[in-house]
Amino acid sequence: MSAGPIAAPGTTSTATSTATSTAVADAAGTSLPVLGRIDVEAGREAIVAHIRDGARLIRRRDIAMIHSAGLGHVGGEFSVIDVLATLYLHVLDISADRLDDPERDRLILSKGHAAGALYATLAAAGLLDPAALDTFMQPLSKLNGHPDRKKVPGVEANTGPLGHGLPIAVGTALAGKLDGSRRRTFVVLGDGELQEGSNWEALMAGAHHRLEHLTAIVDRNRLQQGARVAETNDLESLAEKTRAFGWHTLEVDGHDHGALLDVLTRTPVAGKPTFVIAHTVKGHPVSFMSDNVAWHHKVPDADQVAAALAELETP
Amino acid sequence: MSTGTTDQVLHDCRDAYAATLIELAQADPRVVAVVNDSVGSSKLGEFRNRFPDRLINVGIAEQDMVGVAAGLANGGKIPFVSAASCFLTARALEQIKVDAAYSNHNLKLCGMSPGMAYGELGPTHHSIEDLAWLRAIPNLTVIVPSDPDETAQAIRWAASHPGPVFVRVSRMGVPEVNPTGYRFEAGRAALLRDGTDVTIIANGTVVAPALDAAHDLADLGIQARVLSMPTVKPLDVDAVVAAARETGAIVTVEEALTTGGLGGAVAETVVQHHPVPVRFVGVPDVFAPTGSARWLLEHFRISPGGIVDAARLALGR
Repeated sequence: MSAGPIAAPGTTSTATSTATSTAVADAAGTSLPVLGRIDVEAGREAIVAHIRDGARLIRRRDIAMIHSAGLGHVGGEFSVIDVLATLYLHVLDISADRLDDPERDRLILSKGHAAGALYATLAAAGLLDPAALDTFMQPLSKLNGHPDRKKVPGVEANTGPLGHGLPIAVGTALAGKLDGSRRRTFVVLGDGELQEGSNWEALMAGAHHRLEHLTAIVDRNRLQQGARVAETNDLESLAEKTRAFGWHTLEVDGHDHGALLDVLTRTPVAGKPTFVIAHTVKGHPVSFMSDNVAWHHKVPDADQVAAALAELETP
Repeated sequence: MSTGTTDQVLHDCRDAYAATLIELAQADPRVVAVVNDSVGSSKLGEFRNRFPDRLINVGIAEQDMVGVAAGLANGGKIPFVSAASCFLTARALEQIKVDAAYSNHNLKLCGMSPGMAYGELGPTHHSIEDLAWLRAIPNLTVIVPSDPDETAQAIRWAASHPGPVFVRVSRMGVPEVNPTGYRFEAGRAALLRDGTDVTIIANGTVVAPALDAAHDLADLGIQARVLSMPTVKPLDVDAVVAAARETGAIVTVEEALTTGGLGGAVAETVVQHHPVPVRFVGVPDVFAPTGSARWLLEHFRISPGGIVDAARLALGR
């Protein structure tokens, strides 16, 4: 697929975009096409290619959004975009005309500070008008710095304060279990976020209620806002901890779309929720951002955007 | 001291709560209960017997409890969170703000044994701050029923209202204070006694002493209006303004801190719309000492005598 714009209504000019950022976006070709969800019939190779290119285009749009807004969390967005793209561009059983369907799959982004990545992914999946992305964090925008379910179709829970998503996901999965439904609930967590005790309350509850249609995915980028997780309040051994809490724990390269696809489409283990440790790199794959704590919420300038986009030119 | 204007058979409002929840659950499969090991303290044993799958006990984990309730609401259920008000509102305050109110999830928060019901257990177990905390949260309805019938009606209303609601459910014995045929309306005050000299605005467990105080004031030649104000938020502004205009003085009575709760809400309204003298009966800005609930009410003069004195101070006579 070409790197250039395919169909991008409204991405080049709005009342709220600054001239500078629009110029950056235009010149660099960060317009985001509506890619839609690819069906299983397409075959694994095509699905993986669809997700891979989608993730690349989402990153291009996201960095332009952050530059334009002058705010955002680029490091933790780039680490989680491959997970989000895998979910929204294939795994989740949702569509724009079924966002109120009780039987839809749910995704809760517990690390709500990655809202920019979520919005760009929702747009790529055809669940959000791409034109809205230009309003990211502008006054009165529905695209808040953290997601709001009342304003953004496809958002299931308002998140931002950490440690909220997993309990909500447990409740959503429990509702499905009470209904005898096979619908799936996914929750995407940050690794630093697991320092919040509410997660461990919910890990106990998820296992206790044998929520096999619940999958938690941790974006294990090993950096939190101020330092390495291991230097702050270490999580290791996370796999052993979550197994001890009664979850079926898997580890995966969180930037390997094929591996993510395989893990996230596996048949659940009977009677156990699944915990996926997605090993990621904060700022991936941009060379000067990768694994660099400085890029937690640093905003790239125009030159840095151009340099990043150059690295995101081809799949 | 009061001669009493109310029936003196005392009721535990949790009984009405539990019976109503069973009635709702029978009628609507979406109704579920969520507890933090608080089955007994919420009197939900019979609910659990009848609907074992729909009694979700997350254990001693209040943040998880409210988050799970939000998720259940997302999944189409109508969860009634039932937990001691002190732990529900303090430990899970951010979940109440974000997962319930800001997210507009359709869940109900039922604060058991609020105020100073756990008097002897001390300030850790008192829930006198809850009204001030929760009244500060947008998109959350806050209800303090006064007796079993009003509790049952408030719970039925909460089930029918598509949004987050907090209801205080008292354990301290209270008499029936509302007239036969009383209809609870969310956001509306109820006129329990009319008067022209001063208005006493009360809710929850202390509506009965307010009525007793009005009786005693009449003996002093002071005709007190008594408004029951079960909904602290949204407040019945019209009833408060009318009381200020028509009676010229107001006394608020609550089993809570006077800062930020019913007293605060009434004062904010009066100051903006029709300033008149207002006096507060409740707990001042202190942690309450240890003592039984009834002893504590008397200690803080949340009593007919205390209300009479407050009314006389408001009237300057």
